[in-house]
Amino acid sequence: MHDIAQTVSNFIDLNWMNMVYLFLVGFVGGLVSGFIGSGGAFVLTPGMMSMGVPGLVAVASNMCHKFPKALVGAVKRAKYGQVDVKLGLIMGASAEAGVLIGAQIQENIKKSFGDAGSNLYVSMAFVIVLAVVGGFVLKDGFKMMKQNNTGVEEEEKTTKIAKWVQSINIPGTMVYFKSIDKKISILFTIPLGFATGMLAATIAVGGFIGVPAMIYILGVPSLMASATELVIAFVMGMGGSFKYALHGFVDIRLSMIILAGSLFGVQLGAIGTTYVKGYMIKLVMGVIMIIVLFSRGLMVPVYSGQLGIISPLGDMTVKILKNASFAIMALALFTGAFIVLTALWKGIKKEKMVVAHERTQEVR
Amino acid sequence: MASESKKKPVGKLIIYGIGSVILYWLLLTNQEFINQNFGRGGLYALLPIATAFLFSFIHGNFTGYFWTVLGVEAKKKREVK
Repeated sequence: MHDIAQTVSNFIDLNWMNMVYLFLVGFVGGLVSGFIGSGGAFVLTPGMMSMGVPGLVAVASNMCHKFPKALVGAVKRAKYGQVDVKLGLIMGASAEAGVLIGAQIQENIKKSFGDAGSNLYVSMAFVIVLAVVGGFVLKDGFKMMKQNNTGVEEEEKTTKIAKWVQSINIPGTMVYFKSIDKKISILFTIPLGFATGMLAATIAVGGFIGVPAMIYILGVPSLMASATELVIAFVMGMGGSFKYALHGFVDIRLSMIILAGSLFGVQLGAIGTTYVKGYMIKLVMGVIMIIVLFSRGLMVPVYSGQLGIISPLGDMTVKILKNASFAIMALALFTGAFIVLTALWKGIKKEKMVVAHERTQEVR
Repeated sequence: MASESKKKPVGKLIIYGIGSVILYWLLLTNQEFINQNFGRGGLYALLPIATAFLFSFIHGNFTGYFWTVLGVEAKKKREVK
């Protein structure tokens, strides 16, 4: 009870400035996640902490805005036929397990190495995952964009790994997924969901593993993968929010104010996907991942210094690096949002021209 | 067919908009009550979760209709010629 009373007093007083900030970042985050399936958390959580919200309350409140946002996004994209609910639920369930283990690992690292150790672990996870996966996704996105621009009929090719995964038959574990239009063994989807959850528990954005895994390992088309990620995020987010709420960490006022903006964004992002080809998902995701990589990379020397792995940096240097890291993180999100809005704008403009052309043809 | 134009869901936008305003008004004018009860933990955990679902339904519909009324809609599927 004592803990809980303390937590309640940890809920900050909200002022207009804070609310407007949360609403706007919520909108941009929602826009990106409506498009690529996840995103926004990496700016929102540190943003809330800078308002004086304790770390755990910031993580919990962010999560409690994430699941209703993902739900609205998933419903919207299901209307466009982009969601594979079965795949989302199966991966979501295993992601839940990944979250629990991931959180446990975090806790153990914190116990053994303190805050700096835990921060270094998180930053290293960011840097490694983003460099490897982000680099690959971005390269593939660019390649597909070039093919598209040169007029080569763009159709997403199934990777060799995905072909192999789809060819394996393990009796008793085969499930039909409409996004692939084939049966695959859930023994493949379970570890992928698990990894998504592990990453979500570590860096708050499970989709950076979930979406590329669905595309490259299972052979799900990009648009469907990013839409299905919303189902995974919903399952994971609801379980996580409930767990945090049991201990009284969710500040629902913060969650709902972020949600106010993010639902406007998620609807718009979802609409945006109907105007683009699959490679745009990869491009936006890859660009965000690589920019975030630089942001987190800047923090590695800070935490390494605190742990004594390298000689500690001066206070001023640490401050500059921290601010630069946050600014680059925000830049990642805004760049993603800018690409999405541009694609949407161009798409709508083109559509209007096509409709006008069709009408003149009909009149004739 | 050329004059075919869909009616915009202005009525629904207004209904869900009012609902959304009421929800946020309640949220912001009862902060003390919320801070005291929603963060208690245990069974009280259901309060923030239920709130999230309620807001996502009302505000979700409002934001959906908002863009539709503004004319920002999904690309229409047409037969490939």
